[in-house]
Amino acid sequence: MPLYTLNINGEKMQADVAEDTPLLWVLRDHFRLTGTKYGCGIGQCGACTVHLNGNAVRSCLMPVSSVQTGAITTIEGLSENGDHPVQQAWEEVDVPQCGYCQAGQIMTAAALLKRNAKPSVNEVVNTMNANICRCGAYHRIREAVIVASKKI
Amino acid sequence: MSTGYKASRRNFLKISSLTGGGLILGFSWLESEAEVTAIINTSNFAGNLQFNNYLSIGTDGIVTIMSPNPELGQNIMTSFPMIVAEELDADWTKVKAVQAPLDTKAFDRQLTGGSGAVPHSWKRLRQAGAAARQMLIDAAAKKMNVMNNEFTTENGFVIHKSGTRFSYGELAEEASKLPVPTDVKLKEVKDFKLIGTRVKNVENRKIVTGKAGFGLDFYRDGMVFATIQRPPAFGSKIKSVDDTAAKAMPGVTEVVRFGNNVAVVGKSTWEIFKAKKVLKIEYEHDSKLESTADHQAIFTEMMSSDKPQVKRKDGNVDAAFASAAKVIRNEYQCPFIAHSPMEPMNFFAHVREDGIELVGPLQLPASSRAAVSKLLNVPEEKITVDITRLGGGFGRRLKSDYVLEAAELSSIIKKPVKLIWSREDDMMGGSYRPAVRYRFEAALDASGNLIGYKLRGVGINVGNAVREDNFPSGAVENLLIESVDYQSPITTGAWRAPITNFLAFAEQSFIDEVAKAAGKDPFTFRNELLEKAKTSPVGAVKYNPNRFQAVMNEVKKRSQWGEKKGVHQGFSVYFSHASYVAQVAEVAMEAGKPVVKKVIAACDCGVVINKSGAEQQVKGGIVDGYGHAMFGKLSFKDGVPQESNFNNYRLVRMKEIPEVETWFVENEIDPTGLGEPALPPTGGAVANAIFKATGTRMKNQPFIEEPLFNKPPVKSSVKPSGKPA
Repeated sequence: MPLYTLNINGEKMQADVAEDTPLLWVLRDHFRLTGTKYGCGIGQCGACTVHLNGNAVRSCLMPVSSVQTGAITTIEGLSENGDHPVQQAWEEVDVPQCGYCQAGQIMTAAALLKRNAKPSVNEVVNTMNANICRCGAYHRIREAVIVASKKI
Repeated sequence: MSTGYKASRRNFLKISSLTGGGLILGFSWLESEAEVTAIINTSNFAGNLQFNNYLSIGTDGIVTIMSPNPELGQNIMTSFPMIVAEELDADWTKVKAVQAPLDTKAFDRQLTGGSGAVPHSWKRLRQAGAAARQMLIDAAAKKMNVMNNEFTTENGFVIHKSGTRFSYGELAEEASKLPVPTDVKLKEVKDFKLIGTRVKNVENRKIVTGKAGFGLDFYRDGMVFATIQRPPAFGSKIKSVDDTAAKAMPGVTEVVRFGNNVAVVGKSTWEIFKAKKVLKIEYEHDSKLESTADHQAIFTEMMSSDKPQVKRKDGNVDAAFASAAKVIRNEYQCPFIAHSPMEPMNFFAHVREDGIELVGPLQLPASSRAAVSKLLNVPEEKITVDITRLGGGFGRRLKSDYVLEAAELSSIIKKPVKLIWSREDDMMGGSYRPAVRYRFEAALDASGNLIGYKLRGVGINVGNAVREDNFPSGAVENLLIESVDYQSPITTGAWRAPITNFLAFAEQSFIDEVAKAAGKDPFTFRNELLEKAKTSPVGAVKYNPNRFQAVMNEVKKRSQWGEKKGVHQGFSVYFSHASYVAQVAEVAMEAGKPVVKKVIAACDCGVVINKSGAEQQVKGGIVDGYGHAMFGKLSFKDGVPQESNFNNYRLVRMKEIPEVETWFVENEIDPTGLGEPALPPTGGAVANAIFKATGTRMKNQPFIEEPLFNKPPVKSSVKPSGKPA
């Protein structure tokens, strides 16, 4: 199997895996970066969202071979001390219930705010609509993205 | 409402200690009467000892409380320590909760389900906190050589009237040497400082940094990964297996058949998922392969069954219906739905010669251990169970099927194994909310009084399809409640607010229909029935009509019932899991279709522990109830579920949610649960609002399949004349 050298959270990491292995499973099984979650495996729920060069991508659909030298950021690397404005807002608004989808929600929100620091509520809803929260914490997710946008 | 208690020493626990000294107060979760069993353990015993049920205060002032109940988002890891901290007058920032492993000797209700954790633990936790507080005061009194009634406590300090202050940490060691007080008063509800405020989930930091540790996040060096191919059709079994191709796939270490399962075992998740796809398995059916169309026929048959289980019978319904001025009859039906927790089923098991280690997300750990013990013939004492955080449960994780699979597989391959269900496995692998049909009949006299009421519930693997003692039982002279069950190979289980998640919709829709036929406002009609239950109850009444009326009045006020322009309001109220919730849904017509804009909820769950967590449970329950009523459906063809993942099984998303307003009726009643009760009323409130807006009655879930929602869009020519608040 080919050896891939990936740039994850600013570190070089190597994995000897088949080329079609989704980035999600490389992160989880090989690097034990378990903050990125498996939810559906078909890009529908967003629990596996990470950043590739600052853009939100679904790691469950991204073959490791396509990542190349791209900079991958996972929830573990979103901020040094867990204090990215989105993480802060999530705590302030007290968003999580079961918490399983939240890393994906946070990564989706952080990518949105990177390209649009002051989104309208509609823009927030249109983007966050891609992520499922089975506990139905949507009201607070929406609020937290707006709160985060005020910190940026 | 202050309550005294007598301490007991009957349940003396083993001596344990905190490293570095401090006070440990053990208290029993096993007592049926909430009686504190106070045990003081001194710090004479060094080292890290295993301790179970306790409240401890370290010399650093850190208060630790062990939570026996699994955490799946109901926020028990926050509300339990809040209750202790309230009576203790602790500094909230210094209180920690720790998830306890399964220990049936120490805890008697170690499960998450039935919205019962807080009601069960309320008194025990308060008494533990109050006893510890008294001991800290006694320690301070001893130190100063004064009477203990000269002290107050505040925010982690014992304060003498002279102004001398001691931190709890300073006193913990001394307190641990004192006897446990035998008579301690609990606070009055009006004096609560922490309970009833908004406290953030203590696990937030871990969650937002990706470190929360769910079952799927558990990795053990040396473990193997496994995925299982189960029979795709309910009612089928394996005829033959050709695993040649699967075994040849990279990373696969073995393929194991046990029962009707074929497990692919290997070195990583992706490799085994891939290999599973090349298994060649032939199946044969060992019972009829059912399709959704078959279920329709089965429902109809059960509706005319002459052998129903009679669950409740009051008066003489035949006479009442014979004398009725008006009879109203309707049927409502719901499909199977999947639980779909975001974290798919998974489990770690290591079956060794000397015992079994089980680790994973469980709502009911004791039953999983008992099942594994039975299956593998290993005594329970040799089985340890560690509970991880749960990525949602909704009832699915009350079952032990995935635990048994992991344990059996580990016993066969003699390796530590982590079993992972794909989302498709999770959705197609069974244990659903049962499909149910209800038929309601009501008899009205000439004045519009409800003189007769009949309900028959029929379901596929439903058990008891009705809740015979719920409203309106007790408020109708002549009443008959029946249930009929059909045994199917399709597996079912408890789904958040079991039975009532759909029964409430059907009942509250029907009661609106009856109110309309009686020419009465929905509130007035229900109020009359509740008055009847209060003043001249029929048979046993297991709900409190006053509490019903309180939430109804609250939601009426908060929703400005009947006064708003531009929206159509629908009402419903339901009592479940010991809590009362009334809701008003508001629907506006947009492009010719009804759109649910808002749901206003009024809840009575007794004393609210954590306002923030309580609001979450209510909002989440409403979003869940709304989403599944609108979109939820799992159908079958020849025994095979036709929906397999979130691309064809629709879960509610952010764009579709109504706004939700949450209100709580304030009282001093001991708290009841909130994980479920907000869900049942939502479907009914929404259906009643849709009826108001369109004149169309939603009879079947999911609503989205009603022709009303599938008309070609039309431009709205009428502008709403007012704006909803």
